[in-house]
Amino acid sequence: MSAPALPLGHTERIKEDNSAPAIIFEDVALAFGDNQVLREISFQLARGETKAVFGVAGSGKSLILKLALGLIRPDSGRIVVLGQDLSDLREEDLFVLRAKIGMVFQESALFDSLNVRENVAYRLMEEHGIYDDDIDKRVREVLRFVELEHTLDLDPAELSGGMRRRVAIARALITQPELLLYDSPTGGLDPVTSNTIIELIVKQRDVNQTSALLVTHRLQDAFSMATHQWDRQNNRMVPLPPGQHCQVPLSFMILREGKIIFDGDLQALAHTEDEYIKEYIS
Amino acid sequence: MELVSPTYFAKEKIQTVQDYVEFSAHAVANLFRKPFYLADMLQQADLIGVGSLPIVVLTGFFTGAVLALQASNTLERFGSITLVGQLVSTSMVRELGPVLTSLMVAGRNSSGMASELGSMVVTEQIDAMRALGTDPMKKLVTPRVVATVFMLFFLTIISDLIGLVGGLAIAKLLLRLDARQYWYNAWETLVFQDVFMGLIKPVIFGFIIATIGCFYGMNARGGTQGVGRATTQAMVAASVIILAMDLLVTRLLMATLAYH
Repeated sequence: MSAPALPLGHTERIKEDNSAPAIIFEDVALAFGDNQVLREISFQLARGETKAVFGVAGSGKSLILKLALGLIRPDSGRIVVLGQDLSDLREEDLFVLRAKIGMVFQESALFDSLNVRENVAYRLMEEHGIYDDDIDKRVREVLRFVELEHTLDLDPAELSGGMRRRVAIARALITQPELLLYDSPTGGLDPVTSNTIIELIVKQRDVNQTSALLVTHRLQDAFSMATHQWDRQNNRMVPLPPGQHCQVPLSFMILREGKIIFDGDLQALAHTEDEYIKEYIS
Repeated sequence: MELVSPTYFAKEKIQTVQDYVEFSAHAVANLFRKPFYLADMLQQADLIGVGSLPIVVLTGFFTGAVLALQASNTLERFGSITLVGQLVSTSMVRELGPVLTSLMVAGRNSSGMASELGSMVVTEQIDAMRALGTDPMKKLVTPRVVATVFMLFFLTIISDLIGLVGGLAIAKLLLRLDARQYWYNAWETLVFQDVFMGLIKPVIFGFIIATIGCFYGMNARGGTQGVGRATTQAMVAASVIILAMDLLVTRLLMATLAYH
């Protein structure tokens, strides 16, 4: 399935300091009452890398995204996002950092009282106050990227689940964030729509080299992302030639009972000796 | 049925009160911190104020009418039926206007706020708002608090007036009293203390309605069931606190305003 090309401006990103990881978690722990959900979670997300996070329901995957965004605070440990230690930041300071991060929530979390145009333009409206031609242009651009320009004046209730998910992606992308956080972007969607969402994520990964943390329970989506790339010439997702899978900046992380039991690339995952992991990916 | 430890119960209640006070203080502090969501305040003022007008008018009218009816029965025994206007006026302005209007608005709006904000919490819209760089307290809560306080003040005035009209309807049609005498007595009997009491109460009650509704909404947990629970709790809590505060405020003002 082909999608319209991004305007030239989007493909020429100013490269930030690539040596510092986008996300660093150091011994992060989180409990809710007596339930220790996360224990000594330590990992890094390199710039431009996409990390797919897996785990059974209740393993704390979504919490990692919320911790990275500063929506919740850990009980212990250190979290550094885009070079800033979150424990040093107050809520007002976090707002400034969040301008560089885009998040796609599990159920899209579109604002019911606003239409698609207002939802997508939300952050820009908060900054500029008036919906002017510039904002309109950017809204249309990003909706074109997700192929939903025709839904500008519709309400979220009038959209299908897949369309809401795509609008949520558009809302996250409009400020061209350095880091993207996806919470089960294909959860509850049919295979065709899921494929559409994965294509958008691959396009975003390959065209803009955005760092991303993707929480999902669908292994097939992650394998798709590991074995395909975005063809800019033809504007579609194409399989990688055999033997080139390592060139895609995608890694896997598996959580179990609050701990990370695997963190590596596709090769390492395919050759793991761990019985639980082998059963999980079979 | 599992028995809850009294210590745990007490601690939980005190924690809730602490959280509520912190929440309310935050909502008020936002009035002095940018950005100010004036458009949202105006929108809420329309929804809360203009939207509650029909119910407030009806409440006021029937309250005033039944006051006149009940009063006439008692006053007649003392040969003071002409005092109906005074009785309706002082009762409406000092007490029933503010309290009943606030209870009606609490029922309509406190629960409405709790359910709206609660639904946003359980569908992660509040998290999305924070992720998009907007403080939900400034955008959602403070406008509602300001709008409710502001509009309840005027709704109470309207309710008082309509209540007097209701009393007049009974006085004129049933009791065959002179309308001009009714209005003259109603107006003449009011003193500054009565009006002050009657108008300070809606300010306090408006604050209670909005902060309670928003507090329960923002703390809703547990899906649609949680939202339903929050909605009911908001309405009950707001109503009970209004009635309790009414007693406190009345006593305080009576002591400080040199009532004769």
